Amino acid sequence: MTENSVPVLSVQNLRVSFDTQDGTVHAVDGVSFDAYAGETICIVGESGSGKSVMASSIMRLNNSSTATTEGRILVKGLDVLSASEEEVRGIRGSEVAMIFQDPMSALNPYFTVGKQIAEAYVVHHPGASKHEIHDVVLAMMIKVGIPSPEKRIDEYPHQFSGGMRQRIVIAIALINNPKILIADEPTTALDVTVQAQILDLMMSLQKEFGMTIILITHDLGVVAEVAQDVIVMYAGHIVEQSHVDALFHAPTHPYSWGLLGSVASYGDNKRGGLLTISGSPPSLISLPVGCSFHPRCAHSKGEGSVCMTDSPSLRSVGSDGSRSACHLADDVLVSVGRRGFRS
Amino acid sequence: MFLFVVRRLFFAVVLLLAVSVFTYLLFALLPTDPAALTCGIHCKPETVLANRIRLGYDKPVLEQYWQFLRGIFVGRDYGLGQTAFSCPAPSLGYSFNQHACVTSLIGETFPVTAFLAIGAFILWMIIGIGVGAIAALNKGKWQDRFATGFAAVGVSLPTFYIGLLVLFSVVIWFQILPFPSYESPLDNFSAFITAMILPWLVLAVLSAASYTRLTRNGMLEAMNEDFVRLGVAKGLRLRVILLRYVMRQALIPIVTIAGLDFAGLLGGAIITESVFSLPGMGRMSIRAVVDSDLPVLVGTTMVAAVFIVAANVIVDIAYGFLDPRVRVSS
Amino acid sequence: MSSEIALQAVDLVKHFPTGSKGILGRPDKNVRAVDGVSFTLRKGKTLGIVGESGCGKSTLARVVTRLIEPTSGNVLLDGVDITKTSGKDLRRLRRQMQMIFQDPVSSLNPRHSVGQIIEMPLRVQGLLDEADSIKRVKELMQLVGLNPEHFNRYPHEFSGGQRQRIGIARSLALNPTVIIADEPVSALDVSVQAQILNLLERLQSDLGLSMIFIAHDLSVVRHIADDVAVMYLGKIVEIGPAQDVYSRPAHPYTKALLSAVPIHDPSERGGTGRIRLVGDVPSPIDPPSGCRFRTRCWKATDLCGAIEPPLQADASGRIVACHFPEETPVTIGKSPE
Ligand SMILES: Nc1ncnc2c1ncn2[C@@H]1O[C@H](COP(=O)(O)OP(=O)(O)OP(=O)(O)O)[C@@H](O)[C@H]1O
Ligand SMILES: Nc1ncnc2c1ncn2[C@@H]1O[C@H](COP(=O)(O)OP(=O)(O)OP(=O)(O)O)[C@@H](O)[C@H]1O
Ligand code: SF4
Ligand SMILES: [Mg+2]
Ligand SMILES: [Mg+2]
Repeated sequence: MTENSVPVLSVQNLRVSFDTQDGTVHAVDGVSFDAYAGETICIVGESGSGKSVMASSIMRLNNSSTATTEGRILVKGLDVLSASEEEVRGIRGSEVAMIFQDPMSALNPYFTVGKQIAEAYVVHHPGASKHEIHDVVLAMMIKVGIPSPEKRIDEYPHQFSGGMRQRIVIAIALINNPKILIADEPTTALDVTVQAQILDLMMSLQKEFGMTIILITHDLGVVAEVAQDVIVMYAGHIVEQSHVDALFHAPTHPYSWGLLGSVASYGDNKRGGLLTISGSPPSLISLPVGCSFHPRCAHSKGEGSVCMTDSPSLRSVGSDGSRSACHLADDVLVSVGRRGFRS
Repeated sequence: MFLFVVRRLFFAVVLLLAVSVFTYLLFALLPTDPAALTCGIHCKPETVLANRIRLGYDKPVLEQYWQFLRGIFVGRDYGLGQTAFSCPAPSLGYSFNQHACVTSLIGETFPVTAFLAIGAFILWMIIGIGVGAIAALNKGKWQDRFATGFAAVGVSLPTFYIGLLVLFSVVIWFQILPFPSYESPLDNFSAFITAMILPWLVLAVLSAASYTRLTRNGMLEAMNEDFVRLGVAKGLRLRVILLRYVMRQALIPIVTIAGLDFAGLLGGAIITESVFSLPGMGRMSIRAVVDSDLPVLVGTTMVAAVFIVAANVIVDIAYGFLDPRVRVSS
Repeated sequence: MSSEIALQAVDLVKHFPTGSKGILGRPDKNVRAVDGVSFTLRKGKTLGIVGESGCGKSTLARVVTRLIEPTSGNVLLDGVDITKTSGKDLRRLRRQMQMIFQDPVSSLNPRHSVGQIIEMPLRVQGLLDEADSIKRVKELMQLVGLNPEHFNRYPHEFSGGQRQRIGIARSLALNPTVIIADEPVSALDVSVQAQILNLLERLQSDLGLSMIFIAHDLSVVRHIADDVAVMYLGKIVEIGPAQDVYSRPAHPYTKALLSAVPIHDPSERGGTGRIRLVGDVPSPIDPPSGCRFRTRCWKATDLCGAIEPPLQADASGRIVACHFPEETPVTIGKSPE
């Protein structure tokens, strides 16, 4: 992260809420971060913590009739949230591209994969000749590792395996050479051996195209493997943002600490007794007052303490450049220590 | 795909045979004596007997059925000598009430039914899909509430009642149109349109209701699909997404139902034809019921069955064309 | 494997008819979902079964519990062949063997209260009267860490992890001796996974259960299993003590599978000796000849295509189905301390 360069993406105080029958769901509640050229940021957090909603806001993909979005999202100087529909369409697929979780449902079942890749190219290259389009699509299919692309270009999505479909989705995402690639759990639905192939592919393409990757995942192993920066989300907030080494060795938020400790790690000996985070995530309709993690937090100082009255803001802590939204972050750092969260 | 079509056709033929057996036996086993209906009240027993023999009703039921089936392919001769006459293939029998071959009766009435069906069908697809699409695009707004209301009301209104209401108000009270009197479009096109416009509209608007619902729900469902989101994320124009992504998906179930509905109409829009006095197949069937004109009933039932079975086959095959997942098995 | 045997599967096969149909609509092919699987489950131990999606893990579980009939093969529960019993005997044997399912949402009837759900097996078997069964339900809820006061609540009022606890309580109602858990934590968040894993471990040691634990997540299996069987395309390719299988995989597939698992430590990134398989798992309708793994195996020779390697002990006593098992002890990524 080079502090003085201009970020390719800047999310500033983003809030997204949904009107539902039960009340207003505050899915994303004041999130800010910057992403720089060529880096990989992983976003982790419990299911429902707002990762996907946040990511889709970057391309303004949230359902506009029930969602209320506030804040600023700057891509190439354009504020995505206040731009016109035509302006947003201009960056979708060309500046920012997206990969979704389920490759089985992400492709249009009624058209050949070749046509779907071509479609993404043609919207942003209106004058392209048939010949040129065909060549570009074929080249992209080769790049993402589809065997015998000349034959497969005319096949339909259901004729491809999950891993191959995800490669097609990646081809669609990268065909316009975007600056930012948002991948929302791109390998969750895939087998480990295929996951390894897809992650390798994404990383090598990142080297080639120099794009910024924002990768949402549940798998801390994936984070350890690919991330430079990690954002930990809890109940619509960023609770920690750290360099990957710092996060794994000295997490600065009790939630991160619990998350890392609860993972059955491959290298662990049998029956270590996993750490758990007690309780369950709060309702996003009425968040707890103070720190939204306090009901489950082992460090919370109890009744009347700052944890239960004030909402902590994200601030720099420690010497690793980490940012934490915990009132007691410095205490946590001390009590956890290096690697201390592993039992 | 080829094997699939062959298999479907094979089953269609089997099904039609079964329908013909069933229909024929059902009518043959009715307590009415078809021969007794061939002449008036003051009928001599000899005439009845003669007619029975002439029409083949003296034979065992199975043989009668065989004759009927044969008639469809090679035509059929009735009686001997002077009084002999024949119905050429495809013969569906002879109606003594109307003194005509059933096939030619159907030949006269079917065009009316077909014109009614085609016109109404085009109108109702446009209305149904159009209103449904508008509702889906304006989910939750007044257009949507209007369309949902329209669908709910339309589905529950009886054609009979609305048909009469429209007929009375437009023709009798306001006298906007003359009383419908059917003319062939080849003879008098404007009279044809004048006679058809009300039945078309009534049939179309009422049938469109369920299509509105299907289109609306299908489109809303499709809009939540991941692949539609990916389409938006590609930067595609809204129009392209709606046509290529959303509509494409929403139309598949509609095609299925539309095919069957249309086939059902071709078998005779009984109520609409009766209300608007259109000399179509549906009205003929009703009259045949009243007059116990069994040959006509058997004939119209068979024709309706053919349409429905054919529609099923066509819909299945169309499905293969619309959805590559059905067509190309990897 | 010297200790007592709780459950034994012998050459289990399950084929599902499928494929395009002839003119009379009879399918002409088989999905060979489970194709000759044998294993033993030791008393009081956990056998983990791992493998990629579609390799037949769930089908194996359903055949073992006889939720579906095997095409052939036998399952011995305490020495009794359950594939040969029926009626009352089968019901009695089934009581000893309970399943826990992956999806805590769809496996619970939303219209029944938690009490009713847990009580159902007791009722079906007609074992207890009303008062006793409520007492038992509360006991079970306590056991799995649910508040017994909540027995009148409905599943939707519980979180995913709590629903999985309900499923576990239900499966424990009849005091089974064998638990078969089919991906019991796959649908849960990591922090909740840990709660359920800890619970299962505790229950196992408290109640002396034997358990078959199915998962595609190798880390989770590593954590909970004593023995591990690795499946590929309907067959077990390697089976043995977890320690051996994980630290010194003998089958090339096991090795590749393990090296595909991301390691939870950024300093080990891009570790050496990582194996990347190419391509996808072939179709179980038409598996490759000889060794089923040969299309993705970097060691395959003509022999592998011609002769199917049997699952048998190799020179060093490892049970593996490969013509060229890995010989040298290999360490992948971080070695277990
Ligand atoms: N269209 C919507 N209407 C109402 N609530 C919504 C909508 N979309 C998302 N939410 C809610 O917003 C919250 C955040 O959802 P989001 O999908 O971002 O979670 P996530 O972190 O991606 O979870 P997961 O890891 O399960 O994908 C959830 O509580 C969800 O129920
Ligand atoms: N009822 C069925 N009819 C036909 N094929 C089936 C049936 N059940 C399973 N199969 C097939 O058998 C194979 C094995 O399926 P199974 O569900 O056992 O796999 P699995 O290892 O549990 O996979 P996953 O990890 O995805 O749960 C798959 O190819 C599947 O498609
Ligand atoms: S038998 Fe051959 S193909 Fe199969 S795993 Fe061993 S070496 Fe590879
Ligand atoms: Mg998500
Ligand atoms: Mg399964």
